[in-house]
Amino acid sequence: MGFFEMTKTALKTVLSRPATILYPYQPAKKTGLTRGHVAYDGSKCISCSICQKKCPSQAIVLNKEAKTWQIDRFRCVVCNSCVETCPTKCLSMDTQYTGPAAEKSVEVFTITYVKPVKPEKKDEPGQ
Amino acid sequence: MITQEQSIIPIDVGKLIGSVEQCRNEGYRLVQIGCTKVDDNAFEINYSFDKDYVLKNLRITVTGETEVPSITGMYWGAFVYENEMHDLFGIQVKGINIDFKGTFIRTSVKYPFGVTIVKGEKP
Amino acid sequence: MTKQIIVPFGPQHPVLPEPIHLDLVLEDERVVDVIPSIGYIHRGFEKLVEKREFTEYVYVAERTCGICSFIHGMTYCVGVEQIMKIEVPERADYLRTIWSEYSRLHSHLLWLGLFADSFGFENLFMNAWRIRERILDVFEQTTGGRVIQGTCKIGGVRRDIANEKLAEMSSNLDSIRKEIEDLINVFLHDDTVRHRTRNVGVLSRDDAYHLGAVGPTARGSGVAIDLRKTGYAAYGKLNFSVVTDSCGDAYSRCLVRCKELFSSIDLIQQAIRKIPEGPIDVKVTGAPNGEFFCRAEQPRGELVHYIKGNGTKFLVRSRIRTPTLSNIPSLVKMLQGCELADVPVIVLSIDPCISCTER
Repeated sequence: MGFFEMTKTALKTVLSRPATILYPYQPAKKTGLTRGHVAYDGSKCISCSICQKKCPSQAIVLNKEAKTWQIDRFRCVVCNSCVETCPTKCLSMDTQYTGPAAEKSVEVFTITYVKPVKPEKKDEPGQ
Repeated sequence: MITQEQSIIPIDVGKLIGSVEQCRNEGYRLVQIGCTKVDDNAFEINYSFDKDYVLKNLRITVTGETEVPSITGMYWGAFVYENEMHDLFGIQVKGINIDFKGTFIRTSVKYPFGVTIVKGEKP
Repeated sequence: MTKQIIVPFGPQHPVLPEPIHLDLVLEDERVVDVIPSIGYIHRGFEKLVEKREFTEYVYVAERTCGICSFIHGMTYCVGVEQIMKIEVPERADYLRTIWSEYSRLHSHLLWLGLFADSFGFENLFMNAWRIRERILDVFEQTTGGRVIQGTCKIGGVRRDIANEKLAEMSSNLDSIRKEIEDLINVFLHDDTVRHRTRNVGVLSRDDAYHLGAVGPTARGSGVAIDLRKTGYAAYGKLNFSVVTDSCGDAYSRCLVRCKELFSSIDLIQQAIRKIPEGPIDVKVTGAPNGEFFCRAEQPRGELVHYIKGNGTKFLVRSRIRTPTLSNIPSLVKMLQGCELADVPVIVLSIDPCISCTER
């Protein structure tokens, strides 16, 4: 008769550590690849707006004249497309999740990139 | 790489019941009934049958007013797809064994897939 | 003539993972007839294809379901690749197979937990999910997401797994296999479980074939349909056998899923041994022009993605037919004639994933 099949598992569970994490009092499990939120570095952005075109949920809005780059954290699905396609690598994926908020808002960053001046080309001798 | 053979056979609405009965006698099982909107008032309905991993599709082209006969007489489980087709596209299907009369999938807009947004419009 | 009363089951019920509404017609305590009704989670995914480019639609297709999300994304990509005649590199095929089988493992463990919950055995429910946590950890370490992976793209995969990591995954699977054996022992040999599931919800072989049942619901009744045998991704190069059982009741469906757990672990270890070196994606240019019915084996059954393109960046039609939609007629047939207390056990034994069903 199979009455006491569960005894072994039940005893093992009672005598070992709990399997749950008391989040948010203890930090959540994370790995190096965890997709938390998108981090932006304004000093490297060249305003090419590739990230805005590739975003599947239209969370990124770029304003070239006003030099602002804004992201709606609640529309972002952290799919990593913008990070992969940015040509100057100013976007990166951070492992910390976006915290909860009481109302929807948009985060605005300023672009501080200054195009470096190319040095004057000297004529080659003997040309 | 992939050996998923499939064939699409276009037929008339009148010959639908005869072909489906033939499939049933040969031992095919019903996979799905799907609907695509092609033009302003034309829909393509695909009946997919499968036997031994080979897919056979029967395709009929109807307008919004054509009455399509139901195949639930031969395949009892087809009422799910036919009710869904009626609720989303507005196609009239005659003679379903369990007819929900429009309450299978309740949406706020009646027959939502009957209207197509032209490609390229950004919201 | 006994009086008939109608009792609504769902959409909110402690046992259901997702809302579905069943109107049960009862005579005393026996169910005479069932009227299903869906539509609580309809999000209109198929309409979204007109507004999102075909490369971005992968993210939408993945989010159809939280439990079987990787396979949705993969089937969509395979379908578009077949229309555009793109050949995916071999390493990408093997990686997709490995992630699919991990998906199957985690889905079956989730189902085992819910099934135990349906007849009140909560301790077993929590133990099944404790093992599932180890699988989700593997997902997070290799793709970055526990539930939505986001690694499939048209032309290959987006991330690679290093060979040391693959060897570590293979040795972890041995200890997971040991834990699963202890768990399965309770499901299959304990008397209380057997009392609640034997001869409950019987579906005969003929009924299963002609009503269109797929997946473990059909395999538990003796119909041997497993779409992995058609050889998409790397399944053509791995060997495995189709698991069936002949009784057709809830106990056989549980048995089929338990045996598939071991079959999945075996497949992953085979794939890790055979994976070749090489690139993981190819460049994609152009747009799809044509139509294709792509079929794959989800943990719940046969998934069909019908994709039609006309040469522009936006697809004309994407139709997803999920296995639970096909299993609903079998559910209606199974419920006729059972007792009221058996209804949760039977509804859960077909593994309802209603968010897939309604897209």
